[in-house]
Amino acid sequence: MDLTQGTPQEKNSRAKKMMLWFGIISLIMSFAGWTSAFVVSSSRPDWLKDFVLPNAFVVSTVVIIISSFTFILAKRTLKSGNHKATMLWLFITLILGVVFIFNQFSGFQQIIDLGYNFTGPTSNVTMSYIYLIAIVHILHVVVGLFCLLVVIYNHFKQKYNSENMLGFELAATFWHFIDILWVYLFLFLYFVR
Amino acid sequence: MSAHADNHAHDDDHGHHHKETFVTKYIFSQDHKMIAKQYLITGTIMGVIGVLMSMMFRMQIAWPEEPNVLFEALLGKWAPDGVMDADIYLALVTIHGTIMVFFVLTAGLSGTFSNLLIPLQIGARDMASGFLNMVSYWLFFVSSVIMVISLFVEAGPAAAGWTIYPPLSALPMAQGGSGMGMTLWLVSMAIFIASSLLGSLNYVVTVINLRTKGMSMTRLPLTIWAFFVTAIIGIISFPVLLSAALLLIMDRSFGTSFFLSDIFIQGEVLHYQGGSPVLFEHLFWFLGHPEVYIVILPAMGLVSEIMASNSRKPIFGYRAMIASILAIAFLSTIVWGHHMFISGMNPFLGSVFTFTTLLIAIPSAVKAFNWITTLWKGNLQMNPAMLFSIGFVSTFITGGLTGIILGDSALDINVHDTYFVVAHFHLVMGISALYGMFAGIYHWYPKMFGRMLNKNLGYIHFWVTAVCAYGVFFPMHFIGMAGLPRRYYTNSNFPLFDDTANANVIITIFALVGGVVQIVYLYNFFASIFYGKKTVQNPWKSTTLEWTAPIKHIHGNWEGEIPHVYRWAYDYSKPGHDVDFVPQNVPLKDGEEELQH
Repeated sequence: MDLTQGTPQEKNSRAKKMMLWFGIISLIMSFAGWTSAFVVSSSRPDWLKDFVLPNAFVVSTVVIIISSFTFILAKRTLKSGNHKATMLWLFITLILGVVFIFNQFSGFQQIIDLGYNFTGPTSNVTMSYIYLIAIVHILHVVVGLFCLLVVIYNHFKQKYNSENMLGFELAATFWHFIDILWVYLFLFLYFVR
Repeated sequence: MSAHADNHAHDDDHGHHHKETFVTKYIFSQDHKMIAKQYLITGTIMGVIGVLMSMMFRMQIAWPEEPNVLFEALLGKWAPDGVMDADIYLALVTIHGTIMVFFVLTAGLSGTFSNLLIPLQIGARDMASGFLNMVSYWLFFVSSVIMVISLFVEAGPAAAGWTIYPPLSALPMAQGGSGMGMTLWLVSMAIFIASSLLGSLNYVVTVINLRTKGMSMTRLPLTIWAFFVTAIIGIISFPVLLSAALLLIMDRSFGTSFFLSDIFIQGEVLHYQGGSPVLFEHLFWFLGHPEVYIVILPAMGLVSEIMASNSRKPIFGYRAMIASILAIAFLSTIVWGHHMFISGMNPFLGSVFTFTTLLIAIPSAVKAFNWITTLWKGNLQMNPAMLFSIGFVSTFITGGLTGIILGDSALDINVHDTYFVVAHFHLVMGISALYGMFAGIYHWYPKMFGRMLNKNLGYIHFWVTAVCAYGVFFPMHFIGMAGLPRRYYTNSNFPLFDDTANANVIITIFALVGGVVQIVYLYNFFASIFYGKKTVQNPWKSTTLEWTAPIKHIHGNWEGEIPHVYRWAYDYSKPGHDVDFVPQNVPLKDGEEELQH
């Protein structure tokens, strides 16, 4: 593919999409930093070898995977021009996102009930890592929710159609990224001891 | 020159002109050329601060504990009766390193020339996102301001070294500079990283997507290749520093023990346990090593372009140059352990890092030889830009050779953390990158300001700087081999180092002269903006596209259509042409073949 071809508009929309992908690469690198620090620290004497992830994390994993599918459905209905169905799916995605965050916090409560606080003398470094990684991921979900709100607003204003949906696609890509990122983090925390 | 381009159908958008106010033109500008100048001016101011600091601590090393009027005037309470305080010495070293590495040689160099040259040399109207580009500059500005503000904190600025190893950086009560000074340092750097990432994202997607017709990747000038790869390294490595910084902030302010182990302060046992500062070193140097290539690669790109243009010869080994840039970029991410040979890392790991580190010598040597063979039998135009480029190759080779010693885990033990290391990295990345930056400024100044820099002042600037740079850093190899450790406030308490005292005085004198002569450059730079000789369209007779754009900057870079590209960037002295350069937008003549490069 010759990327020097195309109208300025095509070039620009291609550039914006690619910019998000490179941004995602840099976000992946920061999580690679935390997870590799997790691996390196696992040789510490005070490391918890037999911790259990809270059940709420399992639920939130399912929730965020479903939310990705609802976003895909929103995009499909947008392409077929079904305005109302798109709005419905977008709202369901938004609610699932909020449920995900709520679930993560109940997961933190379950860890606290086990006796591990985030910081201080009653903390343990393994659990500190889990708190930290989950919280930073939640921050990304919050950003995703903001994007979603913007998309919902623009859709309400009828700005998207099957030809012009760059903003919609960017938000969708980011949403799928934070979904896949959490699945990776969950599997990582589940299998790496 | 645009006569050829006129034959083509007008399928590009035209430069869009709209009224600009003072604020949108000079302050919150979204135009890449203005943003480049903003980066350059901010970087210059930060550079002046950084160099002033180095002159002050050099005076302290040369004449330890002697009253100095300058200290009293500039340092105030940190120099009671003009004698420099030990705490501020470490702070000066720390902030000098931070400012020079990040604010001058990363943002000042990459920010200036990537912004100026990427759209102009690839034939684009502007960056992919002018808005993010503007945000990137203003985040850089804010982070610079915070870093400068941190100098005025009551307990002193950050003083843990530019590498901010814990525990000095992780315990707010460890020393004066570990408190508010360190906090501001971290805030400033977090903003800096955000700025750098936004910039890098823009550079990468602009180079990939917005090239003009005919500008294939193998026709790009090497400057663009260098900026492109630099931006990719930045995207990959800066986030890891951000992860490390977040863990550090958790340790500092929220009581976790990621990096802190059992520790006492003034007899009081702190609750931290089990953490390891070596983990921080791993995370830091995963950024820190690629960072030195973020600093040096743009300089390499600028030098390649300037050398070809001023030798009136095609660059030697164009593809080998690209391959070596890519090889250096790849290797840069797997060599960080060579900073940690004596940090308690597994010795076997040390041998692995020795291997990967020494591999970097191969692409570096490819580049050095290609520059020299580009000069070989060229029609050399010895203007200041060319002199600085040749100076770059000289210091890069000198500094690179000691890199082989430091990269070897067995040899490194002898000189680790001595002035030998200081000499090495200042020559190979500090002075080299500065030379690259100066070369770029002398060469592209006409493009930036429409006027020429004064050539004679440029000669004075180069020759005094070149002599002083070697005068400062060459003797450092010897005092380093004699065992003198870096970052010591005074060496007068150790009779062992008495022999190095005279060498330190000589180094300081060179440093002072070298620092003061930069005034010549600053005068030249600022006076020429208003009084310099007006430039002609293509003052260096270069082939690249930026010299086809009008001298007076317009939004959108070219009136009418963007020129199309028909040849690579290095058609200098091509047989069959009347002039010794053929710009990229000139179509091939009948029967002319594109050079196999």
